[in-house]
Amino acid sequence: MDEKKKVAAPAPKNAFMTFVFENMGILAALVVLCLILGIFPGTSEYFVTVKNLFNVLRQISTNLLLACGMTMVIILGGIDLSVGSVIALSGVLAAGGVVRYNLPIVPAMLLGVLIGIIFGLFNGFVISKTTIPPFIVTLATMNIARGLAGVYTGGSPVRVVTKEWQWIGAGYVAGVPVPVIIMIIVFIVSLLIINRTKMGRYIYAVGGNNLAATYSGINVSTVKFFVYTYSGIMAGIAGIILASRMYSGQPTAGEGAEMDAIAAVVVGGTSMAGGSGKLGGTLIGALIIGILNNGLNLMNVNSFWQTVVKGIVILLAVTIDFFRNRKK
Amino acid sequence: MSDNIILRMKKITKTFPGVKALSDVDLELNEGEVHALLGENGAGKSTLIKVLGGIYHADSGEIEINGKNVKINSVQDAEANGIAIIHQELVLVPYMSAAENIFLGRELGAGITVNLKAQEKEAQAVLDRLGMDIDARSLVKDLSIAKQQMVEITKAVATNSRILVMDEPTSSISEKEVDNLFKIMRDLTSHGVGIIYISHKMSELQEICDRVTVMRDGEYVGTKVVKETSRDDLIAMMVGRQLTSYYERDFLEPGEEVLRVENINDNKRVFNVSFNLKKGEIVGFAGLVGAGRSETMQAIFGLTKGSTGDVYINGKKVDIKSPIDAMKNGLVMVPESRKEQGLYLIQDVRYNTTIEILDQFIKNLNVNTKKETEVTQKYIDMMSTKTPSQQQIIGNLSGGNQQKVLIGRWLATDPQILILDEPTRGIDVGAKAEIYAIMNNLLKQGVSIIMISSEMPEIINMSDRVYVMAEGKIAGCIDHEEISQEAIMKLAAV
Repeated sequence: MDEKKKVAAPAPKNAFMTFVFENMGILAALVVLCLILGIFPGTSEYFVTVKNLFNVLRQISTNLLLACGMTMVIILGGIDLSVGSVIALSGVLAAGGVVRYNLPIVPAMLLGVLIGIIFGLFNGFVISKTTIPPFIVTLATMNIARGLAGVYTGGSPVRVVTKEWQWIGAGYVAGVPVPVIIMIIVFIVSLLIINRTKMGRYIYAVGGNNLAATYSGINVSTVKFFVYTYSGIMAGIAGIILASRMYSGQPTAGEGAEMDAIAAVVVGGTSMAGGSGKLGGTLIGALIIGILNNGLNLMNVNSFWQTVVKGIVILLAVTIDFFRNRKK
Repeated sequence: MSDNIILRMKKITKTFPGVKALSDVDLELNEGEVHALLGENGAGKSTLIKVLGGIYHADSGEIEINGKNVKINSVQDAEANGIAIIHQELVLVPYMSAAENIFLGRELGAGITVNLKAQEKEAQAVLDRLGMDIDARSLVKDLSIAKQQMVEITKAVATNSRILVMDEPTSSISEKEVDNLFKIMRDLTSHGVGIIYISHKMSELQEICDRVTVMRDGEYVGTKVVKETSRDDLIAMMVGRQLTSYYERDFLEPGEEVLRVENINDNKRVFNVSFNLKKGEIVGFAGLVGAGRSETMQAIFGLTKGSTGDVYINGKKVDIKSPIDAMKNGLVMVPESRKEQGLYLIQDVRYNTTIEILDQFIKNLNVNTKKETEVTQKYIDMMSTKTPSQQQIIGNLSGGNQQKVLIGRWLATDPQILILDEPTRGIDVGAKAEIYAIMNNLLKQGVSIIMISSEMPEIINMSDRVYVMAEGKIAGCIDHEEISQEAIMKLAAV
């Protein structure tokens, strides 16, 4: 009787409440963070403006894009270290497309996305066809992409100074920054893939128990292919957004971006062991990191200290997770 | 059961690098039949099933279903041919609900989408119909092992397959659930489903199975009607000979006391344990799981921090703070769980044999490979370990052969006292008999043995004396003449 009760206990009333319940810890952290910044005398008058809200969202947009792909990769039990470097390569090739080959803006930017797809496909191919750990494979492609970006540019930025170029990174639609719109669309698409498609279920299955997936007739290779390619596309899109906002493709763009994405995913409660995690958690994780940066900026905390604080927050988040899991 | 053959596997052969896992194996399954597949560990049963399930590809051989030749190259092919398999190892996804696991790989929903609500409803209906007390929404990781096994069974049954394979489905479920499983099986066979049933439990075969096919060393031995055969016949078919003296043991007059242990405490699971061991004796340690037997030996072996008590070897008090101290004093232990506590699974037989005696052939920077090979071969021969070569990765050997290598490793240190913690757990009858014979030989060479075992027949037939433990204390000591299951249980029960 007792056991039956225990099993029947987590009957979710609706998806939203379940989400709130499961992410109580980081949601509370987010709310507290916002309250402090909203009340703190030095920041309150600016923090709660619409302008700043969009500012924060725009700042986290590329990180959340990467984190959407990274969430799938980590649920799958893998890691994708190449995304930061792919940002750079995508950005410089898109910019180069305009400046060096006189391509129109749209095809040039698609070229950037294509780079993301190619790297994603390559990562997916090697990881699904061999047993080389994803960490090693993507460490290699990380270096290749970063190196190629440097080779292509000779180390200096490829400048593009047209209004159209800047639209995707710095433009607005009905007062909302374009990167924020892209972020929202990508987030919803990712959410649907993870929660509403068979592929989404397969990602959890492969990450949770590879053998079970195989024995259930799931094509594990296809799932890995899909996930790494998706992550690559995210990096490609993030690359052109950044290049657009900075008026140039820079070979140093996106340095450490893969780590910020991993941080958002982990702070959001996804286990590095694979098999479990929620995209909603990743959103909160990205928001916490973004708002923290924003708040520390408003408080004029120097950037080195900001990095220290970011590290502490990551450590806190995973420690809380550790104790919560241990209790279970 | 009718004589309508729904599955015929003919001359299936499968080779792995260095090992012929299956050679010309036949298997036939009738409509509505429960057909047992019997054989020792490593006989090739699971390999044969994996060929049928499309996980392995046979090198040669044919598979006929309903008289038609079919090719099974993938799990999908197997499913399309109406084959479902309950694998021996639990293959469920822990962070998914029971419903999601049941429909894994064949989700409900239009196109690329998945309909979780419909799956839950459907899965619950199947679970209820099968009499499983499980909420379809609960995550598999929150279910007990027995219930996970039930989910696994439900998953296979829910495919409505005509051919169902069950690889040791009762290994981790209770008697009540076994009864329920048998009820489900009878219901399925009455609807014409054919079931291939793999189990080591002879009593189950007699209860549920119609025919039995026996395999040995990757080869087909024969097929019998269960009612027309006996337990002894089947064992003889499995091991290839009549086991005349299963428990080989010459009881000799014990010599001097070699080990005396006084008041061992680890203050958690072991309280004031005292016992002794004489030369040429096997002293058994019986008791319920959790009685503190392994913990006692770990404390003596120097594995437990903060344990207290006195240990005398050959009458001299010794101070054992670590396994190294224990080994120096001629005391070694073969642990309970060979995979976790014993073997370096990805290393080869030679590495696993010689890891404790490296200083015998590594001097400064010089490695005497010839000596290493000789030593390894000595213990392979002594234990009659079946391995293709010394370079065979030990994880690829059967459980019995792994255990032999592990015992050999400790014998190589030339011990005078050998602690064996569950020496025959999870290994097949043939290898068991061999290990008993080896123990008997060791005694003649002057080694004394402490044997922890939860298998009553083993304790009763092999021990000179038996200490029974309960709740961390010695509950009593029984001499050879008085050892019986009743005597042990009387002391072991709390």
